[in-house]
Amino acid sequence: MKKQFPLAIVFIAGMIFIVQFFSPAFTPIQERFTHWYIVVAVFAFVLGLANLTRLNLQKIHRQQEGWIYSIPLLIGLAGMALCSFIFGIEEGPFVWLFNNMMLPMSATMFSLLAFFVASASYRAFRARHKEAVMLLVAAVIVMLGQVPIGSAGFMEHLRLSDITQWIMAYPNMAGQRAIMIGAALGVVAISLRILLGIERAYLGED
Amino acid sequence: MGLVKTMSSLDRRIIFLVVALAVIIPLLLPIGLPIKPTAPVKAFYDSTELIPEGSYVLISFDYDPATMPELQPMAISLLYHCFSKKLKVVMMALWPQGPQMADLAMEVVNQQLQAEGKPLPEYGKDYVNLGYKSGGGLVIIGLATNFGAIFPLDTNGIRISELPLMDKVKSAHDLQAVFSLSAGDPGIPAWVMVSRMAGYPTPPQPGETDITGKMLILGGATAVSAPQFYPYLNTNQMQGLLGGMRGAADYETLLALPGTASEGMDPQSIAHLVIVIFIIMANIFFFLEKRQEERKAT
Repeated sequence: MKKQFPLAIVFIAGMIFIVQFFSPAFTPIQERFTHWYIVVAVFAFVLGLANLTRLNLQKIHRQQEGWIYSIPLLIGLAGMALCSFIFGIEEGPFVWLFNNMMLPMSATMFSLLAFFVASASYRAFRARHKEAVMLLVAAVIVMLGQVPIGSAGFMEHLRLSDITQWIMAYPNMAGQRAIMIGAALGVVAISLRILLGIERAYLGED
Repeated sequence: MGLVKTMSSLDRRIIFLVVALAVIIPLLLPIGLPIKPTAPVKAFYDSTELIPEGSYVLISFDYDPATMPELQPMAISLLYHCFSKKLKVVMMALWPQGPQMADLAMEVVNQQLQAEGKPLPEYGKDYVNLGYKSGGGLVIIGLATNFGAIFPLDTNGIRISELPLMDKVKSAHDLQAVFSLSAGDPGIPAWVMVSRMAGYPTPPQPGETDITGKMLILGGATAVSAPQFYPYLNTNQMQGLLGGMRGAADYETLLALPGTASEGMDPQSIAHLVIVIFIIMANIFFFLEKRQEERKAT
């Protein structure tokens, strides 16, 4: 019963979402389920919050490697939550913290990518074989063609911007489409396995 | 001999320093490289121009502060474009920090409109911020039939029935366009795929100028994720795309509204050039090292 009940819920809910495509009679149930899902999804945040707090408290308690970083994490977590509960999210300390701490720190983390990309491309982007050469040539063209310098000065005559657009609109698109179709087929397969109870990893089984 | 070995395993701190200089110097001493808008951005701009004055559009802020340098200039330009065309804007988010990004963009747009002496958009009448809702694709499905069921309150806690703008927007069928500014999932793919599945109005055919009863889907994405949306452009599932800071700069150029994205084009150009030089250098030293090893072996 412990296993069969969740399996039955998944099967019925999944089938309703499929059948409503073919019969409007199921549309009201599907709409109701959609609203339920939105409510249920909120509980994922509560679980995430509880798990994050528990793991970091454990880390501090056991003084595991990097435990010191868990302290600002928990202070930040509790501080932001308290500010939003007490003063609201449209004004007050929450907005100040968001604008002056969250924004610059997040943007800084993302900006660091430029440095790591430069370092990684210096070390790893080597023309070891003909496929790597093709990738390298395409990457160089796109990197220059995507920025204004690619169409400035003598580079204007190389028409790098036009070649970049061609690479994006044809070879890139073909590759992306293949990935999308492959991923979609994978989703269909895994969805069927879940609906039919073959795939049970979500129940905590291997 | 020693130089080849040294250069092959160049200290990464030197690379970091060169990249930092490549970004900082053009910021301090702008070059003013010309910005020529690309086709997907022109399509985005032209499609937005087709939307009749007074129409209702939805902007979904599906990103967070990490991608702000790329996506926030798009949001500012897009809001400016919408208000210049007197469109009514419904803002929402599929990412938790999206509503704050919308508020920040509105602040900049208000300052810009004020500086130009134009009337400021009025909250509740010209635009609303419905806030964040979890659920991704299922939120999009829900909006197809009933906005009020998904967003009973706006981000200020006001009931949407009290907002005059929302009197006219009961479902996605009342919208003329959906714009998703997206840094990942849920974002553009969810809007493109789920909106069609949920029965949103179909898009106009290419070249069609009367878009009454049709709905545009337009997107703005980070440079790293933009290539994956070209299949949507090619099949007219999406009518325009702003890709990365370059896309934002192109859009600013078309709007004659130079902003942070246009300012960022010089540093980005030089940084790209530096990375390309590094790649070429690395390959030259790679081959030299390989040749040395071959000579040693023989």
